[in-house]
Amino acid sequence: MIRGRVIKLGDNINTDLVIAGRYKFRSVTIEDMAKHIFEDLDPTLASKIKPGDIIVAGRNFGCGSSREQAPRVMVAAGISAVVAKSFARIFFRNAINVGLPAVTVDEKFVDSVLDGDTLEIDLEKSIVKNLTNKMETAFKPFPQQLLEILGSGGLIPYVRKKGTLI
Amino acid sequence: MQTGVVVTRIMSTVAEKILAKASNVERLEPGEFVVAHVDFVFAHDGTAPLMIDAVQEFGVENLKLAEKSALFIDHAAPSPSVQSSILHKKMREFAVKNNIKLFEVGEGVCHQVVMDYGLAKPGDVVVGADSHTTLHGAVGAFAVGVGSTDAAFALATGKLWFKVPESIRITLRGKLGLGVFAKDIALALLRMLGTDGANYMAIEYHDELLPKLTQASKATISNLSAEMGAKVGIFPVRPFTPDKEAKYSKEIELECDSLEPLIAKPPLPSNVVPVTDVEGLEVNEVFIGSCTNGRLEDLEIAAKILNGKKVKKGVRCIIIPASRMVYEKALEVGIMEILVKAGCTIGPPTCGPCVGAHMGLLGPGELALSTANRNFTGRMGDPTAKIFLASPATAAATAIEGRIADPRKYLRD
Repeated sequence: MIRGRVIKLGDNINTDLVIAGRYKFRSVTIEDMAKHIFEDLDPTLASKIKPGDIIVAGRNFGCGSSREQAPRVMVAAGISAVVAKSFARIFFRNAINVGLPAVTVDEKFVDSVLDGDTLEIDLEKSIVKNLTNKMETAFKPFPQQLLEILGSGGLIPYVRKKGTLI
Repeated sequence: MQTGVVVTRIMSTVAEKILAKASNVERLEPGEFVVAHVDFVFAHDGTAPLMIDAVQEFGVENLKLAEKSALFIDHAAPSPSVQSSILHKKMREFAVKNNIKLFEVGEGVCHQVVMDYGLAKPGDVVVGADSHTTLHGAVGAFAVGVGSTDAAFALATGKLWFKVPESIRITLRGKLGLGVFAKDIALALLRMLGTDGANYMAIEYHDELLPKLTQASKATISNLSAEMGAKVGIFPVRPFTPDKEAKYSKEIELECDSLEPLIAKPPLPSNVVPVTDVEGLEVNEVFIGSCTNGRLEDLEIAAKILNGKKVKKGVRCIIIPASRMVYEKALEVGIMEILVKAGCTIGPPTCGPCVGAHMGLLGPGELALSTANRNFTGRMGDPTAKIFLASPATAAATAIEGRIADPRKYLRD
């Protein structure tokens, strides 16, 4: 079960907005980069994010560059999941690979969520609850293997645990 | 194989056909999951460092796809910072250790180099740790952008899982008018589909234009398919052509006769209007280059417009050939001389300012016209700068006037 405070964002949050390209070539570690997370969207956001926070966003979250640094800085900043109306395809794959749950839910649910609400996500039962406004919604279940990858903390720990790549 | 088996009719799109071949099955339908053999994998200095970490963390010694892989130092090349130099060093050491071909500083933008050397072929499954890998659909490959961990997996195992995408069929018809180029076709499609109109889907392009598109023009359109959210953007090449009764989730016919020069306003590449709508806006920088529009034909049209003219005082016009091969050819035919004499600044082959790494970053409130692919907030520097995207012809006309300009008046003679 994932529980966290909501940080609400809009549509088309691209990976440049998650972490600007100019920092990608000025930093060596993900932790260095994470200090600049969402900087071009709102320079004060990085300091507001607390471990366990959940991003709730509109359509096409993570569009643009394939940079895996985007979901990785989110994990490094302590974000526990992203809930959105839809995800860009590369971001979705990258998020699962780095162990960041990316949950697609209906538009009505997203629209009813406010910044600061508390959300609870049950990946096994495929349900998201808003503990603040009492709304809840079901999402399309993750295949068992994706749940195992997320449960292991990403593709790398999953493969290491399994002992083989394929 | 047995003789006398009943041959079932297989009706597949190009994407389904290539993925079926790569996963050794006869036929696939959208939504199915497959583990496909990968023919070529590559990464660059923006994505390779994390890929190298992932390979090491996977704990694999023998990289199955090492011979069919490449690394490119192109995003920040030559290195603008010590941090980048550290990442480049890491790539060089990994390449030597694993016997992987590395294209050094100055060779050019990964996609253009792959094109120059013919590293992606019709019917190939190409995996690139870069979103604009869709470009290789121009040669008929199923070329898909992924992140670093996926690229590491493909490099280590020679395989990657895919969900078979639905396909959109786009037929391009008619004849391009004066001042209208492949970039304008792609912008027209972006205006129609938006930034997620092809999300998770394969786009299949059918070129029925007169005259047909050049290979470089197809590359521009396949490249920008990524901005529509597409997984791949393929111009089919025999024998990997679609069956007559293949099923598409959408079919679009674009009449190109009536297109005019287009431009994408910030902050989305789908925010497209006719150039005439924003004509006269003052610019600080013009950038002609990138994997989208840094090829010979792009520099050629820029030179045609800038020949004997001067870049407006106070405007910086940065021109970056997409690869060494493009640069050499442009030198041979005198294009570079025209551009230099017109007052353009020429950079070494690199992604340069497109990705906000170096060579022409924007200051607060500045306005740029770029031939690249993204006008996102902060993409080319300060988050208050504004980026407009257009064709190299529109860029060259804009450089002369110092204001966003319609290229058609420079092409009438």
